Amino acid sequence: MDDIPPYPPIDPTTFDLIVIGTGLPESIIAAASSTASKSVLHLDPYPFYGSHFSSLPLADLPSFLSSHSTSPSPPRSPSSDDPNEFSLLEFATRPLYSSIDISTFSPNLLDQHSRKFNLDVAGPRVFFCADKSIELLLRTGTNQYMEFKSVDATFVGDNKGNLWSVPDSRAAIFKDKSLGLVEKNKLMRFFKLVQGHLAGEQDIKISEEDLQSPFVDFLNKMGLPPKIKSFILYAIAMADYDQEDTGVCRDLLKTKDGIDQLALYNASIGRFQNASGAFLYPIYGQGELSQAFCRRAAVKGCLYVLRMPVTALLVDKDTGCYKGVRLASGQDIFSQKLILDPTFKVTLPSGSSPPLPLKEKLPFFSLKDDKGKIARGICITKTSLKPDISNFLVVYPPRSLFPEQVTSIRLLQIASNLAVCLPGMFVLYISALCNDDDQGKKLIHAVMNTLLTVPLDSESNAAVQSETAENGSAVQDETSESSSGGPSDSGEEKPTLLWSALYSQELTLGQVDFICSTPMPDGKLNYNDLIDTTFKIFQEIYPGEEFFPETSLENPEGDGDASPET
Amino acid sequence: MHGRPRKAPKPEDEAASSAKAQKLRALQTQFFTFHHNKIYTKEAVELSAKLLEINPESYTAWNYRKLAVEHYLNLPDCNPDSIKSVLDDELRVVENALRQNFKSYGAWHHRKWVLSKGHSSIDNELRLLDKFQKADSRNFHAWNYRRYVAESMKRSEQDELKYAEDMIYTNFSNYSAWHNRSVLLSALFEKKAGGFLLKEKVLPEEYEFIHQAIFTDPDDQSGWFYHLWLLDQTVTTDSPLLASSWPGHGSDVLLVGDRCYNGSAFSPFSALHSDSGSFPIVLYFNQPVGGVNSSTVTVECGFNKNEDLFWKPLSASNSQTAQVWVAHLKVPSSDLHSTVEVSVGHSKGIISTRGFVYSHPSMFSFKVHVQPMERDSSQVSVAENISLREENFKVYGTQSEESIIDSFDQLIIKNGHETTASNWRFEALAKEIECFRELLSLVDCKIGKLTLARLLKAYDAMSYPFANKLVHSEEVLELYSDLMKLDPTHYQFYKDEHSIVLLQKVTSSKESLLQHCFQYKDSASSAICDPICLRLNNLSLSRMGAFEKLLWVQMLDLSHNELQSIEGLEAMQLLSCLSLRNNKLRSLTTLEPLRKLKSLRILDISYNQIGDQSIDTTRYVCSSPLSHSVGSELNRDETVTSDVALINNWEAFFIFKDFNLNQLDIVGNTIADEKFKSVLVKIMPKLKQLDGKLLD
Repeated sequence: MDDIPPYPPIDPTTFDLIVIGTGLPESIIAAASSTASKSVLHLDPYPFYGSHFSSLPLADLPSFLSSHSTSPSPPRSPSSDDPNEFSLLEFATRPLYSSIDISTFSPNLLDQHSRKFNLDVAGPRVFFCADKSIELLLRTGTNQYMEFKSVDATFVGDNKGNLWSVPDSRAAIFKDKSLGLVEKNKLMRFFKLVQGHLAGEQDIKISEEDLQSPFVDFLNKMGLPPKIKSFILYAIAMADYDQEDTGVCRDLLKTKDGIDQLALYNASIGRFQNASGAFLYPIYGQGELSQAFCRRAAVKGCLYVLRMPVTALLVDKDTGCYKGVRLASGQDIFSQKLILDPTFKVTLPSGSSPPLPLKEKLPFFSLKDDKGKIARGICITKTSLKPDISNFLVVYPPRSLFPEQVTSIRLLQIASNLAVCLPGMFVLYISALCNDDDQGKKLIHAVMNTLLTVPLDSESNAAVQSETAENGSAVQDETSESSSGGPSDSGEEKPTLLWSALYSQELTLGQVDFICSTPMPDGKLNYNDLIDTTFKIFQEIYPGEEFFPETSLENPEGDGDASPET
Repeated sequence: MHGRPRKAPKPEDEAASSAKAQKLRALQTQFFTFHHNKIYTKEAVELSAKLLEINPESYTAWNYRKLAVEHYLNLPDCNPDSIKSVLDDELRVVENALRQNFKSYGAWHHRKWVLSKGHSSIDNELRLLDKFQKADSRNFHAWNYRRYVAESMKRSEQDELKYAEDMIYTNFSNYSAWHNRSVLLSALFEKKAGGFLLKEKVLPEEYEFIHQAIFTDPDDQSGWFYHLWLLDQTVTTDSPLLASSWPGHGSDVLLVGDRCYNGSAFSPFSALHSDSGSFPIVLYFNQPVGGVNSSTVTVECGFNKNEDLFWKPLSASNSQTAQVWVAHLKVPSSDLHSTVEVSVGHSKGIISTRGFVYSHPSMFSFKVHVQPMERDSSQVSVAENISLREENFKVYGTQSEESIIDSFDQLIIKNGHETTASNWRFEALAKEIECFRELLSLVDCKIGKLTLARLLKAYDAMSYPFANKLVHSEEVLELYSDLMKLDPTHYQFYKDEHSIVLLQKVTSSKESLLQHCFQYKDSASSAICDPICLRLNNLSLSRMGAFEKLLWVQMLDLSHNELQSIEGLEAMQLLSCLSLRNNKLRSLTTLEPLRKLKSLRILDISYNQIGDQSIDTTRYVCSSPLSHSVGSELNRDETVTSDVALINNWEAFFIFKDFNLNQLDIVGNTIADEKFKSVLVKIMPKLKQLDGKLLD
């Protein structure tokens, strides 16, 4: 960020709303606000769209992660004193990623083609064909900026390297070879019960008492065997925590929620004719989604300035109220409202206490971190984890890999036909919720050791490697023990790892006030919760405005030259 | 397309459809002009294409196009290129028509016709079919056409099997795909290609496959149909077998001139009154067969060496195949003791309706004793008045049990041929039974119960020759009783099945059969001896069955049941006295099987429902379409010369004219008024007693 090209000054200098960061929530708010005829300035310090939701070339990912891994830089002095009527509050970046571990096993091949990769920073993530993000895309016409392909299947993995297909439909249950006849019957009857309940058939209504009870209890009541329970809870309802261990479970599903999840899954299968599974993935990666909303915003008049860091917040000296921002170019821009991406943190001038009114507002800047972390891993291989199928999801339910595993680990394999990597290669995104970095590493390593061959002569930087060796070897011992218990998928060689990036990400929530900040990518598989939060933030800043009114469909493109690339 | 509810037409639709009709009428008028004048100009042919595009059901237009094609192909300047272009045009017209309605019979048929000319590429057809079958995977026209194309292309059954399997995997609720699978497998069984397609290898795998569908969704019927086919393949032996005969092997037959006989050494089960100087030989096969004649079945006896016996099929329809065949062997009236040997199938020619050859020649022999008449038969007959009243029956005496044991065992023909090869059949059935018990423990499903009942019945039938009892009959009866309650819509079907199983149970052992055997003793009767009457009354039967065990019966009481049909009764050739009192027979035509019982003298059909309904529903109830046989047998002259009343009672005339009844009870039927009775007396001049009243 040191070599900022000289920018012409931004004109006008006053806006209704300034949005900093082009992550998905910021982009949606920019688009929604522009649609509501607000004047919006959308800034991003990076030369690309998407911030923490972006898809990056292979070489750019490590630097992006590490630029957000350092502790807040000390406030630049002098900062607080300004000749005019504003006080300046410095921005600093928050450390959002930690324990970053990049390993390269095939340097030549990958370095030459770095830009052929579009790696999601916040993977694994997919769209359910019938979820809120797809509805929003269709409703706003944003879908015209994106193309999707189907994620063809979901599997459940075990510690022996087997991938069991998830019998998620009538045809899949019929075809499944791992379920017994009785299991098939029970599962199909359960699906029919849920369908009947959702269709409002009187005689198969699920009682209110059941709906309010834990989903896992309801599944037990239905007499479903453990294997099927696990399929439903973790591979269809996508629960994160061990539902049968109330001590560790932080997301205990009620039957009502479980059924809503099943309904979403069921509505997703077969919604689009050329999508065979329940999920979609965008060509060129998930970063396309933020960019598409930016284009949508630009069409409605939002002004975009990339490569433009913001250095300080301008606050009224007397009232402590927000007035505007100071850009890295030195220009001051003013607005009624401000949306900040979670990277930024306002630093108080050292030693000086802020004026009273501001102090009252300050709690909104202390972002909550009590949701723990999410461990993410990106692996690149040359062979698919499963022959004959390239794009699919794998779920490792809690305790399926080792006894201390209390959260689901999800893995998404995306092939080159989605333009995310070199032809013939595959990108694996892995994630799991965790309490700390060590636990997170252990979870990601457990999956990698089960499915991949990790070459010994890693060329990753020494500091990171020694760290990995400590954590990794401990995990290796445990998992290798369990995997030697049974025959691993014999005959088929495990894919060899070419490159990997492991990191932990903070799960910061959004904040809502006269200055609002958006949330980090969450630990979910789709964008539903993020869209809900984004909607709330929008309502907070513009309580009277409709969030993408229906009429906005009429002329989504507007004048053609106002594309976000400008 | 399936699963789309029909919508009521909107006013604008109606307007559009009337406009369409008007256009269609105009086209049609013009088309017929061309057609009748045999005009095959380009313009005329194009008009027919336009007509077919709107209305693919216009088969006259399809025929016109066929004529037009023939016309072009017969032109002198016809060359391969022009032929191809004419036929390609036809294929295009068919395609357009199918786009309009992909279930148009005429269009699919026309396509076949064009293809049969042999000038068009068949490869295109599979591509077209893929499109149609993707649009609607259950379009049976497309499946039917696919079989035709596959055959023309000589595509292997294995490839087609794979295709059907893929379609089933996409959606297993596909009757057509399952059906095609059964057709393909049947073809492979017939070929016995490579040896690995033997039934005992394939069927267990197929059961495994269909279980996936049935357990996944027991409410889906397509899988059940396939299961039924598999069960049939498991149970039915290819080659027909002789199931039983009368007289039985090793039995003694006593022929007497009247109802009394001397010599208690003979069982009353094998004594036969005969006043025609002949007795019947009945062959009962396990499935309908054809080709039974004096060369395929030879009868050797001391008294009647070279006489050609005439074998007659006993079936409701007038076809030349039947499960039961009868021939009448003439005997000299003198005192005679002779052995008769009957050989079945020693020379080839007996063939089942499925096309399998009778390949297990069998032989049975029995002794015939003829007792000359002691009294004038006419005297006896006049005095005879059989009255099947309760007080006239007594339980068949234990002193005679020995003889019935023999007779009973003689009823069954033991076929040792199949037993060694049928182990897999037992195993398959046992496994299925276990499987469906498990299903029923999970869900209460009607078709599951029905299937279990069928499986148990089949298992019992298969193990009967070894076990000599029907182990599961109680359970089967319970299942059918259950089904009658659970599924009232199909009550009659379950009732019929229940009746047949009950009859099989009754006839399964000598003990149970003896409980239904009574000696008839009328205090007023002049007869010295007491004939045996099989009493199957008050059993709430709706159907008759187990005929193969009842060929010996001469006196049968079926009163107080719920019989709606007596189909199959024609097998009981020895019947001379039959009571159908208090049943639910609804029309005279239900009595048709009785026409084939030449020995029947006494018939009680009183208190039925004959004449209740003005429309004869028999043809819907049982497979005896009288209307088909009537034309061929009715002697027009006879009708004309008879009383006018006969014309109004042609059914009665048709049924009763062949009867040799002495005694008839018909009271208690709507039809049986005085006028009708007088008609009956005219039809049956030999009738001596009607509704208990002696006739002049």
